[in-house]
Amino acid sequence: MKKIRCALIGSGNIGTDLIYKIQRSPLLEPVWMVGIDAASEGLAKAREMGLKTTHEGVDGLLPHVLADHIQIAFDATSAYVHQANSDKLTALGVMMIDLTPAAIGPLCVPPVNLADHATEGAMNVNMISCAGQATIPMVRAVSRVQGVSYAEIIASVASKSIGPGTRANLDEFTYTTSNAVCVVGGARRGKALVIVNPAEPPMLMRNTIYCLTDDQPDEVAIIESVKQMIIEVQKYVPGYRLVNGPVFDGNKVAIFMEVKGLGDYLPTYAGNLDIMTAAATRTAEMFADGILAGRIQLKAAA
Amino acid sequence: MGTDTSTNMSSDGFIDLKGRKVLVHDMCLRDGMHAKREQISTAQMVAVASALDAAGVPLIQVAHGGGLGGNSLQHGFALHSNEEYWDAVMPHVRRAKVSVLLIPGLGTMKELQSAYDHGVRSVTVATHCTEADTSPQHIAYARKLGMDTVGFLMMAHLNSPEGLAVQGKMMERYGAECIYITDSAGYMLPEDVKRRVRALREVLAPSTQIGFHGHHNLGMGIANSIAAIEEGASRIDASVAGLGAGAGNTPLEVFVAVCDRMGIDTGCDLFKLMDMAEDIIVPMMDQMVRIDRASLTLGFAGVYSTFLLHAKRLGLKYGIPARDILVELGKRKMIGGQEDMIEDTALTMAKARGLLVDKAA
Repeated sequence: MKKIRCALIGSGNIGTDLIYKIQRSPLLEPVWMVGIDAASEGLAKAREMGLKTTHEGVDGLLPHVLADHIQIAFDATSAYVHQANSDKLTALGVMMIDLTPAAIGPLCVPPVNLADHATEGAMNVNMISCAGQATIPMVRAVSRVQGVSYAEIIASVASKSIGPGTRANLDEFTYTTSNAVCVVGGARRGKALVIVNPAEPPMLMRNTIYCLTDDQPDEVAIIESVKQMIIEVQKYVPGYRLVNGPVFDGNKVAIFMEVKGLGDYLPTYAGNLDIMTAAATRTAEMFADGILAGRIQLKAAA
Repeated sequence: MGTDTSTNMSSDGFIDLKGRKVLVHDMCLRDGMHAKREQISTAQMVAVASALDAAGVPLIQVAHGGGLGGNSLQHGFALHSNEEYWDAVMPHVRRAKVSVLLIPGLGTMKELQSAYDHGVRSVTVATHCTEADTSPQHIAYARKLGMDTVGFLMMAHLNSPEGLAVQGKMMERYGAECIYITDSAGYMLPEDVKRRVRALREVLAPSTQIGFHGHHNLGMGIANSIAAIEEGASRIDASVAGLGAGAGNTPLEVFVAVCDRMGIDTGCDLFKLMDMAEDIIVPMMDQMVRIDRASLTLGFAGVYSTFLLHAKRLGLKYGIPARDILVELGKRKMIGGQEDMIEDTALTMAKARGLLVDKAA
């Protein structure tokens, strides 16, 4: 079966883990890996796994885009360079999956709104953040039952699973995630907190979701909605699990989640890495399916 | 803010701290917010800040217990916004500077800008003791604003002296002018403190100050602070009557009394501090801030002091002794900011003990 050929930009943890996810996809094929450091572990891994590589950034990829028929690019660099990367590639008709907090395109959480984006044929979609991917489905699970005036999410991640880019730009991570809790999660106000825990052995990613409902929470409906949403997320992240809750305390709903990764590039504690790369892959697959079936035509951006 | 940390030996070989200048930083109106479940009124803030100012305390931290961005379901909502507290306090502090806490991942640069706009001129940028590299943008931003900028390494007992020195050096490189060893769990003993201060002193520039923030869970707040000063620390966090998380911070008036006896120069008026402890702070306490079995457990097991009141409340809710929850949190290696994991842990323990049926299972 024909596959959509992809480029991966950024050779850090996320970019490298993506190779594994995309290689398993029936609809996607990883062809290029773009880095900026010739000696990076990610580029070496990519070559080992059969990808073409460049250490000259996106400019090193551009001459090959058309010849190698690249149609989807995943950007796992940083919010600061994403706009430039995106402009260069969408001009060549490449669709961008943005894994940085840049968020210049519509925000995407697969079980919540991926179908809408695929129908609209956006040329750039943003995957928010690992915390966003892990928590917004739960915010939505509550907000689709009844109004949520405020949602707050707390993501605890293992120190070893957080790369230097995220660490140096923590505010972008929190701003983008807080905003998405509202825009995609459906809460009227949102707040995101992140904690980096260095425990050894590393802890699995944990997420707590608090929602304040407008009226007395409909406990039965919320429990059912949460269960259904977990099943949806488990389709691409099998280790997405409810540990405790929902706990109801007045208008407050508390949901305690755990994300165990598949252990592709980093060990299973790095569920944050997995949920991000798995969501991005699922998003790309939805678009790839549309492209292959002729429903989506990628157009070079003006 | 003096950096005279020259060490004198007395003739019999003991360290003589006479004449050493130490900057005292009060925590009542920030760490003390934890002990008050964030429910300090602006009138109380004004009374406390005015009294601290009159007693010559040069630096006063004023904020939600979690600092910038602290107002949350995770950390509790204070009676007022940080901005309302600063606006109330600022007209009443004539000599003292007001500081704030910023924990990256909770507080952001936007909130730091707001703090500056409301008159805050010193910031403590805090990370867990191994995660200093989550702070570069906040430290750089504070320096750009011209603020007195402190790097604060929390739960410092969980990193080795050498490891802590590496982390402190990173914060110095980002722009921090003072590096703190923060004994968030009140776990450290004087030798632990000395080793860490010494390791930092060896790697930091001479112009970079070193500070110590203690909790009194093992009754070591003052001894640890003096130990830090012996090794070259020149800033000490403390709070009048110890109002702070866990068994409280190093009690400020007691620390000043000890300093007076030793000839360490804090510039503070001991009798005024004693009076404010009795007349203002103790009457504010909802519970005596003291070493009881739960706060002692924090110090003994090395658990984040702020977890105390949450563990007590959730222990009652789920029928599990607070001490059991705290010990379990210690085993799970939970760190500051993971207050959500207290309820999660209590729920898991309650299920295991057959006290709770899981409705969603």
